[in-house]
Amino acid sequence: MNISWYIVLSALLFTIGAIGILVRRSPMVILLCLELMLNAGNLALVAFSREVGNAQGQVFALVVMVVAACEVVVGLGLIVAIFRRKLPLDVDDLRELRG
Amino acid sequence: MEGVVFFIAAIGAVVGAVGVVAARNPFYSVLALIAHLFSLAVLFLLLTSAFVAAAQVVVYAGAVMVLYVFVVAYVGEAHEAKWDPVPGQRLFAGLLAFFLFVEISAAILSSGLKALSTHGPDVPAGFGDPAAIGNLLLEKFLVPFEASSLLLLIAAVGAIVLANRKPRSDRQAGDGVVSSGHSAPKARPEGATPAPVTPSHPVGAPK
Repeated sequence: MNISWYIVLSALLFTIGAIGILVRRSPMVILLCLELMLNAGNLALVAFSREVGNAQGQVFALVVMVVAACEVVVGLGLIVAIFRRKLPLDVDDLRELRG
Repeated sequence: MEGVVFFIAAIGAVVGAVGVVAARNPFYSVLALIAHLFSLAVLFLLLTSAFVAAAQVVVYAGAVMVLYVFVVAYVGEAHEAKWDPVPGQRLFAGLLAFFLFVEISAAILSSGLKALSTHGPDVPAGFGDPAAIGNLLLEKFLVPFEASSLLLLIAAVGAIVLANRKPRSDRQAGDGVVSSGHSAPKARPEGATPAPVTPSHPVGAPK
């Protein structure tokens, strides 16, 4: 398979994740869609690493995984904190920072 | 043969991604994301990156998704409104995403990278296996490796502090000065005797 197939697939997955972030309102699902976008970036990184024939791009993908795990941990902590304060779990209601 | 595996995995990944976006119940979204991650691991294997595929399955589908499942079970199903708060939001989101997809694809495919339309160069056996990645991580990328471990530690501690902090109604008496005004009068009881001053708890202290 040509590398370009992987790149186009990665662009498609990134787009689907972007649709999810634009459309959904539950913060949990928005975090999941962020994961989709990060994974699409991972796929592109690994595909480019294969294209160049250099394994260093895969280290990039691993670092992206670590950052994604950190983001998930902090995001889920925030969601639990929101839930314990009995605030609505809806990004349209949590708009105090909008100004 | 490789093409067949690629298309099966690609269809699995796209279906999983659509399932994440479309499922109403967040639990089904998490399950769809797990299927998506397994399909992506197959794609990583096709790209001869065995270690990233293994890390994807073990770390992502194994550990991170378990965290999600626990939080979904704790929080429960969110009730999203069926209507759009902005009229035509879904239509605009779809249009925007379509243009984004076309733009990314056009930008990359017309970028003049010559190796894009090939399989990539022939790589020796052991390309991207755990030994090769381990050598890279512990020799060339030692500082980013240690920095990411520190980042993970900070994130874990921060998440515990965030989730363990008491809601405002419990510690109203402590921070009446800095919080918004409505909590200050409530802290004063209506009886004649002044309330005994409760010691203010430091933020994030255990109960």
